[in-house]
Amino acid sequence: MIGVYIHIPFCDHICYYCDFPKVLKIGQPVDLYLKCLLKEIKKGLKIRCQKDIKSIYIGGGTPSALSEGQLIYLLDGLNQIFDISQIQDFTIETNPNDLQNYDKLQIMYRYGIRRLSIGAQSFSNNTLKRIGRNHDCNSIIQAVHNAQKIGFKNISLDLMFRLPGQSFEEFKENISQALKLNVTHLSIYSLILEQHTVFHNLLLEHRLVLPTPENDRQMYSYAMKVLKQNGWHQYEISNFCFANHESLHNKIYWHNDDYYGFGAGAHAHFGNVRIQNKQVINDYIHDLENDEMPILKNHFLTLQEQIEEEMFLRLRLNQGVDLKKSSQKLRIDLLQLYQKQIKKLIAEGLIEYKNERIFLTENGRYIANDVFSEFLLG
Amino acid sequence: MSDLSQKQLKKRLAHIRNFSIIAHIDHGKSTIADRILELTNTISQREMQNQVLDDMDIERERGITIKLNAIELNYKAKNGESYVFHLIDTPGHVDFSYEVSRSLAACEGALLIVDASQGVQAQTVSNVYLAIENDLDILPVINKIDLPSADVDGTKKEIEDIIGIDASDAVLVSAKTGQGIPELLERIITDIQPPKNLIDQPVRALIFDSYYDSYKGVVLLIRIKSGILKIGDSITLMNSHKKYEILELGVNRPAIQNRDELMTGDVGFVIAGIRDISEIRVGDTITLTSNPAANPLKGYRESNPMVYAGIYPIDNAKFSNLRESLEKLKLNDAALTFEPETSQALGFGFRCGFLGLLHMNVVQERLEREFGLEIIMTAPSVHYHVFLQDGTELQVDNPSQIEDVSKVNRFEEPFVDASIMVPSEYIGPVMEISQNKRGEYQTMNYLDSNRVELKYKMPLSEIIYNYFDELKSRTKGYASLDYEVTGYQESDLVKMDILLNGEPVDALSSIVHRDVANTRGKQIVERLKTVIPRQQFEIAIQAAIGNKILARSTVKSYRKNVIAKCYGGDITRKRKLLEKQKAGKKRMKAIGSVEVPQEAFMTIFGMDQEDNQ
Repeated sequence: MIGVYIHIPFCDHICYYCDFPKVLKIGQPVDLYLKCLLKEIKKGLKIRCQKDIKSIYIGGGTPSALSEGQLIYLLDGLNQIFDISQIQDFTIETNPNDLQNYDKLQIMYRYGIRRLSIGAQSFSNNTLKRIGRNHDCNSIIQAVHNAQKIGFKNISLDLMFRLPGQSFEEFKENISQALKLNVTHLSIYSLILEQHTVFHNLLLEHRLVLPTPENDRQMYSYAMKVLKQNGWHQYEISNFCFANHESLHNKIYWHNDDYYGFGAGAHAHFGNVRIQNKQVINDYIHDLENDEMPILKNHFLTLQEQIEEEMFLRLRLNQGVDLKKSSQKLRIDLLQLYQKQIKKLIAEGLIEYKNERIFLTENGRYIANDVFSEFLLG
Repeated sequence: MSDLSQKQLKKRLAHIRNFSIIAHIDHGKSTIADRILELTNTISQREMQNQVLDDMDIERERGITIKLNAIELNYKAKNGESYVFHLIDTPGHVDFSYEVSRSLAACEGALLIVDASQGVQAQTVSNVYLAIENDLDILPVINKIDLPSADVDGTKKEIEDIIGIDASDAVLVSAKTGQGIPELLERIITDIQPPKNLIDQPVRALIFDSYYDSYKGVVLLIRIKSGILKIGDSITLMNSHKKYEILELGVNRPAIQNRDELMTGDVGFVIAGIRDISEIRVGDTITLTSNPAANPLKGYRESNPMVYAGIYPIDNAKFSNLRESLEKLKLNDAALTFEPETSQALGFGFRCGFLGLLHMNVVQERLEREFGLEIIMTAPSVHYHVFLQDGTELQVDNPSQIEDVSKVNRFEEPFVDASIMVPSEYIGPVMEISQNKRGEYQTMNYLDSNRVELKYKMPLSEIIYNYFDELKSRTKGYASLDYEVTGYQESDLVKMDILLNGEPVDALSSIVHRDVANTRGKQIVERLKTVIPRQQFEIAIQAAIGNKILARSTVKSYRKNVIAKCYGGDITRKRKLLEKQKAGKKRMKAIGSVEVPQEAFMTIFGMDQEDNQ
């Protein structure tokens, strides 16, 4: 099963925590970018002819910030390239503000998108302001209602915790708000402070006050507990769904399977190679206009790297690593290779071993990075 | 050259000048050396990387000279004659006085460089006295005369008042502009005596330094005091009685230049196929096996380490790498000592002796940088005499060597006479710091209207606990310090243990004065709390004397640590994060189940400095 990731690096507004490849949309050559993007996809598919494409994910940036005309241009192009009827998961990332009327929603639905990821982040207007979002609580609710009215049954909300000024009570309230909206999927992320973000600068100036590590853990723990009580299913460290609405596309990453990555700064993975595209929009456009692929680097994975990645990616999933299957895939006995580490982590109560699978315990999930780094062989 | 007639030999000898440079840090020693090299065309402007003599990275970064270095240069004097100079570089820090004495003994003269705006400093004075003891001709040189703040007459007077040598004829230079350097070269010829003519006597050559070359083995830097040394000679080291055959001889100009022989007055190198570094004692005398000298040269002594610390590999499997690296360092560093020791907490490592803290830091950095080792260094300690109830006496340079505190009757610790030179407005701070460090006031001399020399008797252990750093920071860098160990005295000391989760960690023990034990205990515990990262369980940190707990603190259990986002399939980035985390862990030492970072071992000393900040 192969995934396709498509990157739209434009935003109407830059959030204080975001360090994804993105630029303010105003004044950017968006139309030209979209033209090049479609060209890249066609070329890319020709170079690596993969038949089994099951998911398309349009991420950003803010893909919903494209104008209606640009959206139509992009989606129409994709419909000409791909057999959308074969796609099981066609997702687009959106900002609540772009879904306040039906216009863009209708376009998305008409061209086959069936899953929406809405960047809600928080239902507290104060917190939203503090993290540099320009929507409010009501616009999230409105966006979800509008989407449901158009026919979207599969809606995911992104929520964040460990945000500056956020209390535990506020976070609890956020979860219950989200549960009221009848969405099918929640991605719940703890804030990561990345370099080159407004927050990082504030941190350096000692002007960023974050919840304590205890609060951080408490919020995460609460989310896991209360969603379970409400019949939700956690299938990955940060991802929860109702019924069987797991994100097919994201599971491709965590299964260490193959995916195309199109657009400026996008990443792709095919077997033992990881490819990164040029991130600077003009460089990206320049290459494609000269009929070249806009590749920044090809990284060929050593066997060791492939093994490590198989482990630390699959361990993110609640089902963990099927040691037998993964051993077959990599042609190496993983249980034997990691004997020492597995024993140690089991003794520390961070992983469990059952039916030839290893997976994180709840304690392991809190400090998953420590578990993952044990599987680095270097 | 041995074909030369006696007359020619004598003439050659009369045209050799061997000298070193004595200067306080920053008074311009290296810059003057550079100018001399330039003016004698020893090194072209183009090759000139500033300060050629300091050839190690660490030296350059810290602006100090650690290794001795000897360069031969030719100078055509104004009288038309050609002269051979040997410039022997000396280290300039308080830790390296033994190395200074060795290099001085290889010379007939010394240039005394004094900064025209800063005057004579404590360290300069003691080195000049070393030079006078070695019968060297002292040529006073006043540097930085181009500075607006230069006070040439005041500086001359100071040299005369403090050091007691005639400075009326001092050479005035600016190493920066080159002013006065030609005159300096002439004065080296007229003011410094040539080597004594002892060519007819049996060979005696001083080893004043050595280094290891991976192709040629041990390279000895020598000064021939008498006789002639040739390739193929069978030689004997007079103290170790080891015998070798000379394979190569030569001089540094600064590039290596091979010769067939070196004779009285020459300064150069000897390669004799020496592979086993432990056979070499810097300070030994080379003589000919067939025609040995009666006695070895005098004046060389073993250097005595003053400060001891444990060095352990973070990865216990690297023990033998650490030993090899220390052996290699030792070859270039006669003052370093080391013996294997075992720590319950840290495993197998070495107890190393250093001249002082700077020396210790240099060794640590070289092990890490040049040899790529990951090491843990314990807090430094001095050498204590511990008297037990049953009358036995222990020699202790590691607090953990005292197993049962209840059996200790009394402690003796080394004391020093410390001399601090400082502008008079800083007398107050100096007295305050010194008294806090258990200093006992001796005398105060006004050197001139605004410069004071304070003398204190104080424990060496207090000096190594940041005394110099504090002194510098409280006197805006004006204070200079010199000290000399005078002997042992009884002190009311106690051994303080640090416990992690109830288990004493031997490498964190320290010996402190009873009066400050409580305060120190609290400081250490609080500092450890900040440097030991949160782990999967709570960690109790305690300071104790025997069974008595002085202070306690807790590191709470783990935070959350998980990368949430997927970065749109950017796995490489995720990997980098994990790799960084793993590298961080590698730098920590697991003691029991607690991961302890290197900084923790240093919190035992040096907390005073942090608290001041």
